[in-house]
Amino acid sequence: MAKRFLSGNEAFAYGIRLAKPQVISAYPITPQTIVVEKLSEMVEDGSLESEFIHVESEHSALSCAMGASAVGARAFTATSSQGLLYMAECLVYASGGRFPIVMMNANRSTALPWNIYGDQRDSISQLDSGWIQAYAENAQESLDFALMSYYIAEQKQVSTPFMVNLDGFVLTHTYEVVDVPSSEQADAFLPPYETENKLDLLKPKNLAFSAGPEHNTAFKYKEHIGMLNVKKAVADAEERFAEIFGRRYTGLTESYFTEDADYILITLGSIAGLVKETVDKLREKGERVGLLRLRYLRPFPNEEIAESVKNAKAVAVLEKDISFGNEGTVYTNVNSALQKSKISIPTSNYIGGLGGKNISQAEIETIFYDLKQEKFKVRFLSVGGDLK
Amino acid sequence: MSLNAKTLNEEEFFYGHKACAGCGGSLAVRIALKVLGERSIAVLPAGCMSAVGFNFPQLCFGNNAIISTFAGTASMLTGIEAGLRAQGITDFQAVGFAGDGGTADIGLQALSGAIDRNDDILYICYDNEAYMNTGIQKSSLTPFGAKTTTTPAGKNIRGNLRPKKNMFEIVAAHGIPYAATASVGYLNDFIKKVEKASKIRGTKYIHIIAPCPTGWGIPTDETVNIAKEVVDCGLWYLAEYENGEYILNHKPKEFSDVEEYLKKQSRFRHLTEEDIETIKRSRDLKWEALNKNFRNN
Repeated sequence: MAKRFLSGNEAFAYGIRLAKPQVISAYPITPQTIVVEKLSEMVEDGSLESEFIHVESEHSALSCAMGASAVGARAFTATSSQGLLYMAECLVYASGGRFPIVMMNANRSTALPWNIYGDQRDSISQLDSGWIQAYAENAQESLDFALMSYYIAEQKQVSTPFMVNLDGFVLTHTYEVVDVPSSEQADAFLPPYETENKLDLLKPKNLAFSAGPEHNTAFKYKEHIGMLNVKKAVADAEERFAEIFGRRYTGLTESYFTEDADYILITLGSIAGLVKETVDKLREKGERVGLLRLRYLRPFPNEEIAESVKNAKAVAVLEKDISFGNEGTVYTNVNSALQKSKISIPTSNYIGGLGGKNISQAEIETIFYDLKQEKFKVRFLSVGGDLK
Repeated sequence: MSLNAKTLNEEEFFYGHKACAGCGGSLAVRIALKVLGERSIAVLPAGCMSAVGFNFPQLCFGNNAIISTFAGTASMLTGIEAGLRAQGITDFQAVGFAGDGGTADIGLQALSGAIDRNDDILYICYDNEAYMNTGIQKSSLTPFGAKTTTTPAGKNIRGNLRPKKNMFEIVAAHGIPYAATASVGYLNDFIKKVEKASKIRGTKYIHIIAPCPTGWGIPTDETVNIAKEVVDCGLWYLAEYENGEYILNHKPKEFSDVEEYLKKQSRFRHLTEEDIETIKRSRDLKWEALNKNFRNN
């Protein structure tokens, strides 16, 4: 294990080097580009042995990764924003084909208007694509996700592609001290990819076929079960990870002072760091506040959310997303989780960080005080205007 | 000795499928796989051959085969080739079979990318000159004058107004190691080209005319004859591109009658004398260029 000063993108690339994908398909898009640049350097200097393919589009990036996965190779690609949307057809294809590809997505706003900065509308628009979706808070977690994602995705009972999301610029381009595990440790953690779901020259198969109305639902049901199996696979991966690397993660969510909190802010991604500081600050003033960070959006942590907020007086969801004509999609999902567990407490939704707009500590404090003052609403931070 | 129809592998790799009677595309796929053998991995995008061959649980390929996205034939071939090579496996042939729309329209970008990288794959375009799987819509390989369901032959517009895109030379312009044209009417020529392509490293492209009785409006037992005739009347040609050079494989001593070729097909039945003259003129111009720029063999 060596300490290095790395950006989120670089940390992720170091994690991918440890995971040793056999095929990497690369296409540039800001703010992801540094990942594939870094990986190309690693291939060049011989520290990573991998087929590095310069594809001509994001659609081909994922199509190529599917081809590699379909012959049993470990595959990696990375994208962002418009690139993710351009490959959308391949997203559902990869999950339907049960190809455990790992992809890093640098969360970035989607056009129009054009904007290269971070929000989460790109990946959240693809929640139904059948991919596991995880959101990293910092550079260390980014590297660790790179390793753990393959372990989880490749479990036979999961066999589902894995999208790791890093907030554009705020996380992808910000430098932190990161523990980089040794190759021996990584090998002890992550075994080589083995699968029967592949084109095999000794046992020929037809893959990615058609299934009519009679069979289609059964395939989709199995896909759903595969996604539900992720929770157990995450627990196993984190247990193994803690044993080998000494860092312990907390499953689909991370609770920060939720146990005795009256007011809980639910959010995801890098903003959680500032929310933690804010919780610390308000707790010093005697406010019983807490944070629940969603580390995964798919599978959705229904039980974990219900368990964490069951004793709270009110909950707010802060997200970098809006589903026009409704509300933030994370908020919709959280409300569904509460309803299923018959938890009936007021909830609010704050839409922030769109197109990279900074979310300030003052705004986070205001969210907690709004909850305390029983002001429940859907609000666009920095624009205002209560919508409920 | 090189392969021919008599010495071809008797084993079948593509059978039990639901292709229409007289399907030229399925003939091209079947014959190519007989040449390439059991260690070929076939990629087929959305289109006729995937629609008729991959209906779970009735899967019709005896070798490894997979459907790609419509645009992703070449990029999936790339991944397959790289994925196996990364595992130390090199004695196989990644082969794509895409239609004219899947090749010249939606798949052109990915194909161009694969040729640019010189990936070790064989890409076969079975050209039936329209989107036949969705019910005969115009593609960029639909010839001038052809009636399709999106280029109807009416009073104001008489079918497709644009000439056929020249895929063979577009591909060759990339500096590809090997490209060829073929026709299911000249199967020995096609067999030889597939065999030759399989022995060349880097990207290979074969463009085979594969008539569709349903879309062309011909009897189902006329597929091979009409595929011969399109070559004999000069509207298609058999050629290769290799080592930076164009080679003409077959030069009819005298063209057979273009009008006769056209009028056998209901997609051309509406053409006027003037239209037919236009088609003849463009054929003659093409052959002037072929005679000038292509070496005879």
